[in-house]
Amino acid sequence: MTDGPVIPDFGQATSCVRENRLFCPGWVSDNWGTVLQPALVQHVKLTLIAVAVGFVLAFAAALLAHRHGAFERPLAILSAVLYTIPAIALFQLLVPITGIGVLTVEVALVGYTLLILFRNVLEGLRATPPEVREAAHGMGLTRRQTLLRVELPLALPAIVAGLRVATVSTIALATIAAFVIPEGLGRPIFTALRDNFFKTEIIAAGTLAILLAVAADLLLVLLQRSITPWASARRTAT
Amino acid sequence: MSTFAGALEFIVDRHELVLQKTWEHLLLSGAAMGLALAIAIPVGVVLGHLHRGSFVAINLANVGRALPSLAVIGLGLAFLGFGFVNVLFALVILAVPPILTNAYVAIDEVEPEAVEAARGMGMTPWQILRRIELPLALPLLFAGVRTASVYVVASATLAAIAGGGGLGEILFNQASYREEGLVAAAMVVSALALGVDALLGGLQRRLSPRGARDVPAFEPDVTGARPA
Repeated sequence: MTDGPVIPDFGQATSCVRENRLFCPGWVSDNWGTVLQPALVQHVKLTLIAVAVGFVLAFAAALLAHRHGAFERPLAILSAVLYTIPAIALFQLLVPITGIGVLTVEVALVGYTLLILFRNVLEGLRATPPEVREAAHGMGLTRRQTLLRVELPLALPAIVAGLRVATVSTIALATIAAFVIPEGLGRPIFTALRDNFFKTEIIAAGTLAILLAVAADLLLVLLQRSITPWASARRTAT
Repeated sequence: MSTFAGALEFIVDRHELVLQKTWEHLLLSGAAMGLALAIAIPVGVVLGHLHRGSFVAINLANVGRALPSLAVIGLGLAFLGFGFVNVLFALVILAVPPILTNAYVAIDEVEPEAVEAARGMGMTPWQILRRIELPLALPLLFAGVRTASVYVVASATLAAIAGGGGLGEILFNQASYREEGLVAAAMVVSALALGVDALLGGLQRRLSPRGARDVPAFEPDVTGARPA
């Protein structure tokens, strides 16, 4: 096994690849279009769907809990239980129900975003000072108008902060999706683990996942700054 | 639904295997947590006490959150090879950020008035740390430990791909244990995570000083790290 094809052998493996040295830039440029880029695109898609669906669900749940306080505890406990169950286990538990496919992965990923988004949206809505709410009431705003024009804008920083945490952790978590479907940046990592721990591929895919998380985080920070110019004086990161 | 019935049957029929893998799982998780605590708590507490290094301490959690556990374990494998120790190392890397950040924030955010009062009473910095800051910081500090524990129990499942043993050995071995075994292992891992979370949540409430005892039953810490 000294000179056998250790790695998926696209043409000639360089000596760097054959010897499995720390990092082979040549391999990355050779396999960018066939391995890494598709995985990255799939990863972005998995994340976007999960965060978007999770946001809609969590937002609706938070509005419900905001309006009817009795719903808060059951919703909080449900999302916390979902959050605590390990992803790999959740995938496995979902497979008999939703089958092997994107649906299983997305259900699990969405489940994990719920707690953070729910908590942040609700906290954001509650952060409106009572005087402000009184003033809105005094100006003759209806409950719906108060929500849309006062509470939601004031909740935006907390909501975006929640989106940041949810997005970054979903990106990290989506690598696990490769246990169920051959998609996302987890896939090259698995391939590499199978092929004698090919370091370059693990490092490349892992770094891409981290860079993607950092990029998404920066993007959301910029979004937050542009939609809440009034909050720039006292921004918090939680 | 028969899969779930089959999984329960698997747990009963193969209880020796399940118990042994659960024990390995807990051993690995416990060892990783022990090491992570020994590293992260002193560093976080000292930095928080000195109010130094907030940038590093707080951003560590952000970095930790972005680290894919699969990539960390994969890299551990690539560099260190197969085995318990290497998986342990990867798990410690995953567990340190939430503990350290929470310890830092918890100590750093103790009300300055309380610290001032203690200093005015003539307490030494060491006494202030032991009698004022640590008790007041305990709930938040413990929240980080709780998060990290759940995170480690979850990630320890991945240990099996690196030869670290544990319930992942059942979970990733469909050829031997079929779907029933996989679902059974998933159920046990989930129960472990929920159990550890509930246990530590109870401890957290008990350890908190009376004034700071409004720890909710289910509430993650400031870092928002999540199980793999």
